[in-house]
Amino acid sequence: MSERMIIPFGPQHPVLPEPIHLSLVLENEKVVDVLPSIGFVHRGLEKLVEKKDFLEYTFVAERICGICSYMHGMGYCQAIENIMNIEIPGRASFLRVIGAEFSRIHSHLLWLGLCADAFGFESLFMHTWKLREQILDLMEEMTGGRVIFSSVKIGGVKKDVDDSLLSKINDVLLELEPQVKEISSVFLESITVRHRLEGVGVLTQDEAVSLGAVGPMLRASGINQDMRKLGYAAYAELDFEPIIDTEGDSMARCRVRIKEIFQSMDLIRQAVAKLPQGPIAAPFKGNPDGEYFSRLEQPRGEVIYYVKGNGTKFLDRMRVRTPTFANLPALIKVLKGCDLADVPILILTIDPCISCTER
Amino acid sequence: MSHISKIILKSLFSKPSTAMYPIKKREYYPNTRGAIENDIKSCIFCGICVKKCPTKGLEVLRDQKQWSIDRCRCISCGACVTACPKKCLTMENTYSAPSTEKKVDRYIQPEDKVQ
Ligand code: SF4
Ligand code: SF4
Repeated sequence: MSERMIIPFGPQHPVLPEPIHLSLVLENEKVVDVLPSIGFVHRGLEKLVEKKDFLEYTFVAERICGICSYMHGMGYCQAIENIMNIEIPGRASFLRVIGAEFSRIHSHLLWLGLCADAFGFESLFMHTWKLREQILDLMEEMTGGRVIFSSVKIGGVKKDVDDSLLSKINDVLLELEPQVKEISSVFLESITVRHRLEGVGVLTQDEAVSLGAVGPMLRASGINQDMRKLGYAAYAELDFEPIIDTEGDSMARCRVRIKEIFQSMDLIRQAVAKLPQGPIAAPFKGNPDGEYFSRLEQPRGEVIYYVKGNGTKFLDRMRVRTPTFANLPALIKVLKGCDLADVPILILTIDPCISCTER
Repeated sequence: MSHISKIILKSLFSKPSTAMYPIKKREYYPNTRGAIENDIKSCIFCGICVKKCPTKGLEVLRDQKQWSIDRCRCISCGACVTACPKKCLTMENTYSAPSTEKKVDRYIQPEDKVQ
């Protein structure tokens, strides 16, 4: 048996956008064991719920993550709305779908870019991010922000979208779609990319289930599970099927995410076409009293918001289970037995969001 | 490699995707959440905005007729704008100017204000 050695990976590493530390136990070039440690960006946002009233906490919830800020706000508001029995207006729920799907497109494009960056394909990275910029511009026009959208509020949304912006959304998507198709053909067909992704980090169906993987990680291993099918916001009125793949390798995860970009574009078009007229927020009074589990599908997978109110304006407890947290055991599994050179790309295939994980 | 070469060639012969800052400045959208301004003449110093601000970035001194905002604390959430009963607060669509030190902007109501 060859000698074992430990290579520290992170918290500062060129491939990691955020800090996570992994101690990789190596035998020659093979990873035989992985010891993760997290906690570098813990901010205590769950504890903060005792100091900020439940209305103010919406702003904190949005800041759990800089990529899915829209959906974090949405998850929190959905939980409070369910506790307080607030029925949000139809227009607001469709606008939430549009915002959430835009977040998904921009997050998946971000991931594709980072993935290209992880295997050293810089020009592909730049070109992918160029496309993402158009989505961010649309988000800014719609919500007023590029990172923290601050658009969802308890009872509905803050800003309405007028007809000219709706037609602009359709136009931009029409223009963007062939460009994304072009860039995705590089990911799916180029030999350079396939060489780095195919057969790397296979997660079988059983492993994905037993390790509790979520989102594209789970769907790429052949499990049909998408929280949007629960029908929250306006998803019940839209026509879509979860995207699944059977291979379970890094390429399958890439394929799932690429197909989800097109699916999101389709969902936005459906939502724009079906957008009802009416108010964008429902008034409400009082404080939340009760508890609720709100589940929604973020770009990285299922997020769970648990909120417990006690009838005062300060909540008793707020807990978030973020998708990256759920995907860490699956990451450790796929890392065991891989080559050292594949570690960066494997870490990226779960689309890690460490700020989310540590809250 | 042929796929990416096509894309690269295309962008080589099209105009740059990045703006030539600072020659060409970026235009903000009407919705962009920027700096908070106060039309101090109509402010009644009720302090509701201070209570609503999630970051405690505002301060009102009623006796001195002064309203101040800590620009580095403000997260442009708009809670104060919605809450203000006199509607004297507005959110600009441009960001506050960058500065080298933490800055509190003070607005003092002139004595001869007409109510
Ligand atoms: S809420 Fe409006 S009127 Fe009251 S102190 Fe603030 S800015 Fe002035
Ligand atoms: S915009 Fe928000 S953070 Fe800024 S001063 Fe107003 S309430 Fe405070």
